[in-house]
Formats: sequence, C-alpha cells, structure tokens
Amino acid sequence: MRRLMCLLACVAVAAAGCEREARRYTELPAAANRSTAVRLTMLQPGSPQPLSNVQSPYQYNAYGLSEGKRLYAAYNCAGCHGLNGGGAIGPALTDDKWIYGSHADQLFSTISQGRPDGMPSFGGHIPDQQIWQLVAYVQSLAGMVSQDAATSRNDDQAAAKPENRIEDARQIQTGHR
Amino acid sequence: MKLWAHRCVARAALVATTSFLATTSCNKPAPDVRSETPPSARPLSGAMADPSRLAQDDGQWTMPAKNYAATRFTALDEISTGNVKQMGVAWTFSTGVTAGHEGPPLVVGDTMYLVTPWPNILYAFDLTKPGAPIRWQYDPKPLGAAKGVACCDIVNRGAVFANGALFFNTLDGRAISVDAATGKERWVTQLADINRGETITMAPLVVKGKVFVGNSGGEFGVRGWLTALDAGDGSVAWRAYSTGPDKDVLIGPNFTPHYDSDRGKDLGITTWPGEAWRTGGGTVWGWLSYDPEADLLYYGTANPGPWNPDQRPGDNKWTAGMFARSPDTGEARWFYQTSPHDLFDHDGVNELVLADLRMNGGARKVLMRADRNGLLYVIDRSTGEVLSASPFAPVNSNKGVDLKTGRLIAVPEKAPKQGIVVRDICPAAPGAKDWQPMAFSPKTGLLYIPHNNLCMDFEGMAASYIAGTPYVGASVVYKAGPGGNRGFFTAWDPIAAKPRWQIKENFPVWSGALVANDLVFYGTMEGWFKAVDAGTGQLLWQFKCGSGVIGQPMAFKGPDGHEYIAVAAGIGGWPGAIVSADLDPRDATAGNGWGGALGDLKSATTKGGMLYVFTVSGGK
Repeated sequence: MRRLMCLLACVAVAAAGCEREARRYTELPAAANRSTAVRLTMLQPGSPQPLSNVQSPYQYNAYGLSEGKRLYAAYNCAGCHGLNGGGAIGPALTDDKWIYGSHADQLFSTISQGRPDGMPSFGGHIPDQQIWQLVAYVQSLAGMVSQDAATSRNDDQAAAKPENRIEDARQIQTGHR
Repeated sequence: MKLWAHRCVARAALVATTSFLATTSCNKPAPDVRSETPPSARPLSGAMADPSRLAQDDGQWTMPAKNYAATRFTALDEISTGNVKQMGVAWTFSTGVTAGHEGPPLVVGDTMYLVTPWPNILYAFDLTKPGAPIRWQYDPKPLGAAKGVACCDIVNRGAVFANGALFFNTLDGRAISVDAATGKERWVTQLADINRGETITMAPLVVKGKVFVGNSGGEFGVRGWLTALDAGDGSVAWRAYSTGPDKDVLIGPNFTPHYDSDRGKDLGITTWPGEAWRTGGGTVWGWLSYDPEADLLYYGTANPGPWNPDQRPGDNKWTAGMFARSPDTGEARWFYQTSPHDLFDHDGVNELVLADLRMNGGARKVLMRADRNGLLYVIDRSTGEVLSASPFAPVNSNKGVDLKTGRLIAVPEKAPKQGIVVRDICPAAPGAKDWQPMAFSPKTGLLYIPHNNLCMDFEGMAASYIAGTPYVGASVVYKAGPGGNRGFFTAWDPIAAKPRWQIKENFPVWSGALVANDLVFYGTMEGWFKAVDAGTGQLLWQFKCGSGVIGQPMAFKGPDGHEYIAVAAGIGGWPGAIVSADLDPRDATAGNGWGGALGDLKSATTKGGMLYVFTVSGGK
C-alpha cells in the first residue's frame, strides 16, 4: 500500500512536471476554447448561472509564463502597469483589486477588447495564444498561478519580489494596512 | 509695458535696496481698475481685457503664472505677515474629481474660473454671492481612453483668460475656447491624437490674438510641437515641431543661437540616428513666457524619447532645451539645450521667469529657469547666452555648464547604460525640480522654488516602439536625496547664485509657489498649505487641507474689496499617482520609479479634489 502511494505520488509529480515543461508553440488547449460569454460582474438577474471556470492554459506552464513575462515587456504592458506590476499609468496588477475581474477569461477579454478608461484593445493585433500567455503572467503577478511554474528572476534591476515568491493577492485582507 | 515690474512707483525705494531694476516704462503705473469701476460693472471685452493690461491688475489673476513674465507675484497686502495667523477658510468647492489637481483658479472681474483634471470640467463661480455659487459649467466630455496615454496622472495645469474668452485644453487633445460670461462654446480644435500617444495637459498662453498649445506624450515616442491658434476662430496659424527638418522646426534665416553646437542645417535630423527623430519626443507640456518689448515667446522642450539614451546617440535636437520664437510667425530666434543627449528624462519644460537683473556690472534682461538637471540658469533672453548656472539641489550627475560652449558638463560614471544599473544618480528623473512653478518677488529679488531632493538607480533597457503605448526603456527607482527629506522649498538669490533660506519638506514639494507681497505660499503632499515670511522663510500660518496640495496658489481681490488666497487641493500628479491611482509601492518601479521613494504617501494623505479660498476678513 505504501509502495503504491509512493508510486502514485511519483506519477503525480511527473505529470505535473510534464505540464510545467510542456511547449505549445501553436495550438491552444481546450480550456482556451471559450464557448461561454465572459461576465464582468457577479450580479445577474433571476437565478445566477455559475461563472465560467476557464483557466489560462499556461497557469501551470513555465514556458508560457516565461513567454508572458517577455511579452509583458515587449508589448509595453510594463510601461503602463509597472515593470513588476505595481502600476503607473494603468492600475497595479499585484494587489487584490481587479476592476474588470481576475478570472482568466475576464483578463483575456480585458486585454483583447480593451477597456474604455484607458486600456488599449490588443485583439487582432497580437495572437490569441500570446494573450493567454499574458493572462497567465498577469495572474502570476498577483500570486495566482503555480509557484513551481512562475518565473523566478528578472534579467533586469530587481525592484520587487520575484513572481514565484509573491503571495496570492486574493488572500490579502482589505481591512487594516 | 514691463509686466514684471509691478506698481513700480511704490516700489522705487525697494529698488534701491535690492538688485532688482525698475525698468523705465515703470514710471507710468498701470491704472488701478478696481478703484475706477465696481467689479460687477467691469466689462469683459475691450481694451481692459487685453491680457498684458489685465495681468498688471493685482485684483485679478487671468493666467496661471499671473503675468507674461511668470512671476506669480501680487502686491496685494491686506493679508500680511502681521495678520496671516488669523487667516481662515472663506468657502470651499468639491470638484468631485480624485486625480491630481495641478491647475490654478483664475479670477476675472467678479468671476472665478477653475478647470479640473480629466474630465476637464470648466467651472465659473459668482464671487458676488455668498459661498460663490456656480455661475456656469462647461463639460467637454473628453474620451476616457485618453487616460491610457497620460504618462503622469490625468492632470490639467489650467485655463487662461483673454479678450472675454477662456482657453483651455482637454486630455484627449482638444483646445477649446468658451465665452467667459456665459460658458458658451466658441470653438473646439482637435490638435493631438491619442492613438499616437499624444495628450494635452498644459495651460495655454494667449499673446497678440494667438493661443499657444503644446502636446504631451514624451513617454510615448510622440513628436513634440507647439501650435499657435487664432484666438478668434481656433484655426491653426502655425506649428513648430521640436525635431525634424528646419522647415518643420520653423528655423530660418533669423535663427541666431548663441552657441556653435546649435548652428547647422537640419540638426533636428542629423543629431539623431536614422529616423529616430520621428519618435523623439521634445513635447511642450510646460510653461510659456512672453516679453512684449522684444516680442519673443519663450518655452521649453521636453525629454527625448525613449529614456534609454543608448537608443538615440547624438545631441537629439531640439529636445530638452528652450526656444525663443516670434509669436506671429513662429520662426525660431534662438535655442539653448539644457541637456544635450539627455540621459535622465530631464525635460527642459520648466517655467522661464523674466526679470531685469544687475549682473556682471550691467543691467541684463534675463530669463531664469530652475531646471530638472539641478541647475538654476540665468540666461540673457535676447541672445540665449548662459550668464550663470548653479546647483540649487544636490547634484552629482553633472558638473555645471561650460560657459564658453554652453554645454552641460557630464559625469561619465553616472551615465546610464543599457543592461547596467547605475546607482545613486542625483537628481532623479523628476529632477531637482519638475513642473511645479516657482515665483519671483521684485521686492526681495528672490526666486521661491518648490522642488525635490531625489536620487535614483537607473538601468537602460531596450524599448520597442508601438504607437500609442509607452516608449521608455528604463527601469528606474527613486529615493530620498542627501539628508533624507524628499523635498525643499528654497528662496534663491539669482544674482548671488545661492540660497537665502531653505525649508526641508518630507515629501517632494509638488505645488506651485505664490508671492503675495511679503508672504510666500506653497502646499505639501501631506496636505499642508503654508504661508512663510518672504524675507526669512519663517512659517507664519498653515492649514491642513483634505488632500495633498499640488496645485498653483493664487491671490485676488474679491468684489467686497478684500484680498483672498485660493488653491486647489487634490493629491496626484506624477508622484501623487501613488495615491490617486492606487499604485503598489511593493514594486519600487511603480509610477515609473516613485514606488521606491513614496511608499509612505498612502498613509500621509488620501485623494479628493477641493478648492479652498482663504481670507482674513471673515469671508462670507
């Protein structure tokens, strides 16, 4: 029994490791194929339908997160949201406040559609796959992805905690600071 | 008419005791409009509405800098060193806007005007009635999308009055004129394009029937310009770019810069690599001054883009410097570059205060500039020759100016490099002083400078140009300069080139300054609005506003004949965005570097725009 448990644990670790190391250069996994409408609010008329549970296909994927970090700089997300997500022209991405939602599909639509108060619309300008990589990286800035897969260091000036050491912002209590 | 010499007859005795020179035309003092006509009956058009005449009336405040010489000095003296302790609030007004309030109220006749940060609503208040109710409001409904390309909070630095009309700009790039009496729209001209990263935050200036407007967007790879519009119909008269060929910069045969390095054909192209001048910055988001006698307009050009200097070898003309131009045609007369090949985001847009000083044995018509690079320049405004350039704050990134060549003397070990973090560069990118305008008193001959004490760590990074997105290429972290205080308020003697007195402030002093006779006013980011003795710097009065003060204080005489001091509170602006935009200072680069310096600002103040009007007469 003990052996079996050990074997299962090894398999589980190996499987997780596979996902962490997976390289997906072109295809999008099923999770990214969104059929449900994105909701930006919890409030619904009548009986609420469950919120969709779409996750970024790169939430556990080191390569995708690393690409997200590269694209975050290359597409000048960093110029508005801070090199490490602390915010500047645009809001901080490292805290527990999400104007348009922190769910992966909400972030995807925010990046793709843009938002009227200043967020540019990147849809049609960059591939969907890259948007999903950015979604995963943005979530990592708030500690919302696997710490095993999150990027671990800046190539440039270290001015904030590395992404794999950021506390899950959803755990931050909004009371006393 | 010399605008910088106020009520010169009364001032004659003082002239003898200071080095400030009364100019000849001062012998004919400006008529005191207040004593001739009751304010409510004062006409808003005709000769008295001419901007240069109006600016001489200390009862009114018709442009942000008070006058064309940008002195921010009023001789009103009801509020004095003796009674300022009794000063209290006369009335307040909530703007309902929670971004940084950098704009000043204006007073024309019996009406006060205030333009808010985005959404740039222009209010008119009736000063004849208790509590100064709203007379009218004009809402230009600027695009929210413009907020996404405004580098440093969504500020507006004010409106200007001339000839019965108000002129102001919107964040989404429009210049607008409305009738001052009714608030009715006169014209709207779209000038800037947010999809190229352009916004407009500056206060225009009106000279001889033209409105001068410059763009913002130096962190977005825009190409800087100053545009002249016809004040009557808003049509564009001319546009002068800050980069590119001479014909675009309006450089012609009458361009006679003082230094060799500014002479040559198409330097706005040849001092850049390839086509980099097209995205080279040099925006015009700061202040303009005007000398009616010389008939020259003076203004500065902002930083070159991107910040990463390794991507733009060369002197990057005509960024980070100042132009003298003809207001009629726009043709350039001279240029001086405060920061050739700027390394540190040291925009050259700070205000240029015009005065006549006795220097080097003679009377000199000068302009004075407290620059981002930490030097207080005194420059001959006829020629562009630097007479002196002295550090007014801790500086280790330059060794002053070579007065033979006019060139800033660089310190190579403090020069940023791509991929390398250079530590402890002073001053930081926001400079020893940023936009916050200083004041000049002809009584004391001193400049009153609100400014910063900041250093930084800077790493150049490759910047990719994507239109409408930031084009910076730098990882920067600011920190307090020597002594640990992040701000100063300094009284500076421009002739002796040294401070007379200095007040340390915990945070950068991001408000403008005002001299009201013997009193100097300024605000702090914690929300204190202070009155100090212009001669000694002694704190005489302070009031804690509801939010940090980064606005421009002004003074006026109300229809009741009493003097009032007014300022808008409301934290924000580039540093205050830590609070107004709720940034996360755990990222030291937040706000493009302020996270490192202002992590404690959120516990010092909260956001909220409020206009305060103070009086010693009890108010109404």
